[in-house]
Amino acid sequence: MPFTAEPRHLEAGYDVVVVGAGPAGMAAALGARDRGAERILLIDRDVEPGGILLQCIHSGFGLHAFDEEITGPEYAQRYLEQVLEHDIDVLTDAYVMDVSSERRIKVMSPTVGVTGLDARSVVLAMGARERTRGAINIPGDRPSGVMTAGLAQRMVNIDGYLPGRRAAILGSGDIGLIMARRLALEGVEVVGVFELLPHPSGLTRNIVQCLDDLDIPLHLSTTVVGIHGRDRLGRITVAPVDDDRQPLLDRGWDVDVDTLLLSIGLIPDAELARDLGVLFDPVTGGPVVSGTMETTLPGVYAAGNVVHVNDLADWVSREARLAGEWAGALATGARRPDEDVRLIPGDNVAYVVPHTISRDGTHTVSFRVQRPIHGPTLLRVGEVHQRKVRAVVPAEMVTLKLAPRMFEDWTGAVLRIDAVPAEAVVR
Amino acid sequence: MTRHPDRADDPDRRSPASDSDVSTHVYLCTGCPLGCRLEVDATEEDVVEVRGFNCRKGERYGEQEHLDPRRPLSTTIWIEGATIRRVPVRTAEPIPRDQVRAVAEALRGLRVTAPVRRGDVVVADILGTGIDVIVTRDLPAVSPHNQLPAG
Repeated sequence: MPFTAEPRHLEAGYDVVVVGAGPAGMAAALGARDRGAERILLIDRDVEPGGILLQCIHSGFGLHAFDEEITGPEYAQRYLEQVLEHDIDVLTDAYVMDVSSERRIKVMSPTVGVTGLDARSVVLAMGARERTRGAINIPGDRPSGVMTAGLAQRMVNIDGYLPGRRAAILGSGDIGLIMARRLALEGVEVVGVFELLPHPSGLTRNIVQCLDDLDIPLHLSTTVVGIHGRDRLGRITVAPVDDDRQPLLDRGWDVDVDTLLLSIGLIPDAELARDLGVLFDPVTGGPVVSGTMETTLPGVYAAGNVVHVNDLADWVSREARLAGEWAGALATGARRPDEDVRLIPGDNVAYVVPHTISRDGTHTVSFRVQRPIHGPTLLRVGEVHQRKVRAVVPAEMVTLKLAPRMFEDWTGAVLRIDAVPAEAVVR
Repeated sequence: MTRHPDRADDPDRRSPASDSDVSTHVYLCTGCPLGCRLEVDATEEDVVEVRGFNCRKGERYGEQEHLDPRRPLSTTIWIEGATIRRVPVRTAEPIPRDQVRAVAEALRGLRVTAPVRRGDVVVADILGTGIDVIVTRDLPAVSPHNQLPAG
């Protein structure tokens, strides 16, 4: 049941086509409208817009976008209402097969068949997908009952099935923690969360509210080393790991479970961008982008989790609105800024987005640290800006605002971003 | 963890050293990545002192968490006559922490019929908390051959 059966401008083409109608895509479409783009098409492969927000029934969304704490479905619906008010075409149940470097889009759906359409600008907003068992090579049998946490979330929250009766969770990322609580509240026995690292990967709030509140144990520096079961999962073997994250097999133990959820990270769902041949960031797994969220192919923008995995949908929408605004501006004849300053990760910084910026604009720079610093931390942007914060952890993305005045006396070309303990800084 | 400097100098808020009915409780602050370990000294009735915070928000959180801990609750219930089988609902406000399991259980067997609209109240004053349970998305009614049977 497609949302819009017939996009109105298939023949004439669109100013902006957005691929993916989650928190990124919907915000991008609205951004394009803000900048005067007239014909905008939002495409999604699901039967309705909203993306993963629709299965994220917990609250914690909207604090930045709407100044109010709401759930994922409410966040999706508020954006969708704006999208429809702004007369944006929404084609659902449609799969984008290819985007060419001339921005011709090949889309397939039950209503339009396989069709090509042209866009002046394209915004890639496909989000991320979950890492699976294959990504970490857990040895053992291949029974049913081993699945990603997000898949279980969809089963429980939309399709109305419980994945099993007795579950363990590998990985303490936020989706895993939220599913631990979700399953426990639906009457599933959750025996524990196992985390390879010596610290939790998810937010403190989720450790407290999803695990501690429900007496679900968290085993740090511990991982799953065996999966046992012929047809259905019956048992897993877990073991502590040493400082080099190598499992100590002689200290392992068995846990009887019929379900193992994997919450072991997300990777940008960026195949369309890969096929386009744009430059990628090996750390984020997403395309390299400029301060306007343009990829290295002119007219092709990208934003949200397809660029780097964010921890808040609100950040995704903010970044995507910017992408949409520039995609819309470019489609209506605006000039792109001169983005000749490179941003690179320095001390204790894993990656920085965007990768290049202009000197004359206001920019939000996002990055993730490699190691936690549990105390005053200095965030430094080359010689142009620094700020002190209370602490940094890899689980929480850090953002800094850069303004043109910071560049007044600076003539360099590269800015290194560092996150270091404040007391260690000698000035 | 350090004591907040303003607080350490405030003689009115210091706990009396010999007070035998004061006990100490530990909470993890959820306000920011710092995750401060809060120590809350309290009598039966009231909080005497919060230690271990690095900001005012943390101090308030410690008091609230000790006196009246609350949590938002989201779950899903069966829906008939829609394109999907479950509709998401939540408590309109956070509910007392020790009621979370009971409220989730009370909602488990609930059934509604499409159409529903975001904000519709499915249960008023759930378990006497004074808080309503509301729908968090629109689900229109669909023609019978597009429906999924609720489980």
